[in-house]
Amino acid sequence: MGGRVPVSAVRTFVDLLAGRRDPAGLAPRDWDGVIGVARSEAMLATLAHRLSDAPLPPTVAALFADQRAAAKVAQAQALWEAEMARRALAPAGIEFVLLKGAAYAAASLSCAAGRQIGDLDILVLASDIRRAENALLNAGWEWVKSDPYDDLYYRQHMHELPPMIHKARDRMIDVHHTILPRTHRTTPDALALIAEAVELSSGFRIFNPAAMVCHCAAHMLADGDLQGGLRNLWDFHCLVLDFLKDDPDFYLTVVEEAWIHGLADVVKRGFRLSHRLYGTPLKAYSSPMMLAFDRQWSDDFYIRRLLTRDDWGRMTNPVLEQAFYIRSHWMRMPPMMLAKHLWTKWRKR
Amino acid sequence: MTDRAYRAAPPGALRVEPLGELTAIFDRRSMQTHLVVSPMPEILNAMAGDACNAAALADRLAETFDLGGADDARGVLAERLRELAAMGLVERA
Amino acid sequence: MRYSVRIAVGPVQFRIGSDWPDPVAALGRLYASYPQDPDRPADATVRLFAARPWRRWIRPSVHIGGDFVIPDALPLPLAMGLLAAEMGMNLQVALGWRRHMLLHASAVARGGRAVIMSGESGSGKSTLAALLGEGDWRLMGDEFTLIDPAGGDALAFPRAVSLKNEAIAEVAARVDPARLGPLLADTPKGAIRHLIPRADAIAAMHEPARPALILFPRFGGAAAIEPMGEGEAFVRLTEASTNYVALGEAGFAALTRLVRETPAFAISYPDSAAGMALVEQLWADVSR
Repeated sequence: MGGRVPVSAVRTFVDLLAGRRDPAGLAPRDWDGVIGVARSEAMLATLAHRLSDAPLPPTVAALFADQRAAAKVAQAQALWEAEMARRALAPAGIEFVLLKGAAYAAASLSCAAGRQIGDLDILVLASDIRRAENALLNAGWEWVKSDPYDDLYYRQHMHELPPMIHKARDRMIDVHHTILPRTHRTTPDALALIAEAVELSSGFRIFNPAAMVCHCAAHMLADGDLQGGLRNLWDFHCLVLDFLKDDPDFYLTVVEEAWIHGLADVVKRGFRLSHRLYGTPLKAYSSPMMLAFDRQWSDDFYIRRLLTRDDWGRMTNPVLEQAFYIRSHWMRMPPMMLAKHLWTKWRKR
Repeated sequence: MTDRAYRAAPPGALRVEPLGELTAIFDRRSMQTHLVVSPMPEILNAMAGDACNAAALADRLAETFDLGGADDARGVLAERLRELAAMGLVERA
Repeated sequence: MRYSVRIAVGPVQFRIGSDWPDPVAALGRLYASYPQDPDRPADATVRLFAARPWRRWIRPSVHIGGDFVIPDALPLPLAMGLLAAEMGMNLQVALGWRRHMLLHASAVARGGRAVIMSGESGSGKSTLAALLGEGDWRLMGDEFTLIDPAGGDALAFPRAVSLKNEAIAEVAARVDPARLGPLLADTPKGAIRHLIPRADAIAAMHEPARPALILFPRFGGAAAIEPMGEGEAFVRLTEASTNYVALGEAGFAALTRLVRETPAFAISYPDSAAGMALVEQLWADVSR
């Protein structure tokens, strides 16, 4: 046979995002797998933006144009939820910080181009959480479910209120009071994160650059199960590139911030993974602090987990997936609590 | 009950299309479509510009419409303003 | 996946993968006469799969997957694999397509002008379109009609018509048996049999038609025609559209234009012959 070595669709997809692969070199049918994987990762519109100027087969170009237009509408809808949350919380004097997708879109960061935004995530001070809950209930949000066990579980152990949905707009909001579950082994300092948040000209508040990158890494790696990993890692990559423009030593800034929140290892892994997949530039330091990004054997597991999709967009390694799922529960909850939780979940069926 | 003041959407935010007995309003900020009947379009029209409460709105509307009793009109308008605020079409000033 | 087939219906290129050969072979037969471009990348992917490997053989049940999935959808027995494929294709279009405004409506055309019929399943919209499509109308589709936001034209989506229950015998009596798929008895939707559209309908599937009439048919009761105002037609079509909200202002503009430029009527009819007569009568009125 000879000729070219077949490259998996998910690899091709990652290479296209990273700019390592010329889209003109793809065979027409290679796009099947690339589009399938991109959809499975909820990143088709992201790819469409990345390749907006590239020469593409006409039907792919048309599909990508549809995706860009639809993503623009979806982002406006997502940001409107933030605006309605502001209108509900402002009269009660409750300030909040936008998290994740809504924050990236509000600040027009580069990862926002085409990015899908699901629920609205906001962070409020723990001391405001009850009043925030009331203000939202008065403004038309309601609990998604009223299962007392789940409720208690959320309040005691999780880093957010149980999800609420707006009864007219049918959109969910997650109100957080810390960025990782309380039972998680590392406990980031939410008070500091809120105090040092940045206000945009639109009036919305978002994390400062270093905190935003820390949260992105925490969301991706400390939550454990790596769901949506390629998307979250793309966020991480783009955020780093954006912030390096104003701060050439952003590596130091972000790792310093990560130390405060107990997230240094997580952030360093984020750098290594995004370097390996998306080509994020890295820079090691020996002064004013030691900072190295030496490859670690355990990174290979993460890379493999991130790339387990076949040409039909399916997860191809259920064992690896399961291992990450169990790991994610382990990281969130001390063992005894894990046993109790799984028991109650099991008994309910 | 206090007569709250509300602010209309900025110019260009809304696209208003009368469709027979209904009026379809597209909000470019939220990407939402609202279907309303009289007097909602008239209220939005009269509100353009500065913040205004039900009393001020009643005065403005009285110039072009017969509102009946002024107190009744004020109560009804306050209720309509709350509904428009819930839809996001007007905002508490 | 182990077995796969590529199908283009209207503007949408599908690829359907399956753990079993049967559904793919059945699809291949239904869509054999549709134009094919083997080099065209797929817009939408459908997967028919077994939840557990042994389920490929032991009490095989077909799960419907793809770019979009309904989380709690129940699997279907392998004998209904064709229905699973149809549901999977519908789902990808309903939830994934963004180029046009999608109406859950059937449509037929004559002389480049379209009659769009919107209604729930059971309204008879599908049967009416199928029967009209056997006469001197061009069948545009029995399930979805696409509206081009830029120009306002209706575009066809002439998938294999999904005939249900009584409609099967009614249509089968009039068509070449070679155009019928296998009978799927006792599906969750009753008996189903697919009808391959006429060759002229398939050949013309990329030709747009100007909306001329919007009908909201209701099967049952005496024959009646009720004119519908722009506002009510607008509301009912937003409810009949699966992607109106996702299209933003383009959808709003397309729909306001459609209801302003196109007369709309609710019709009720006791049987298909009466329904077809009402369509012809209203067509004559708007064509005058």
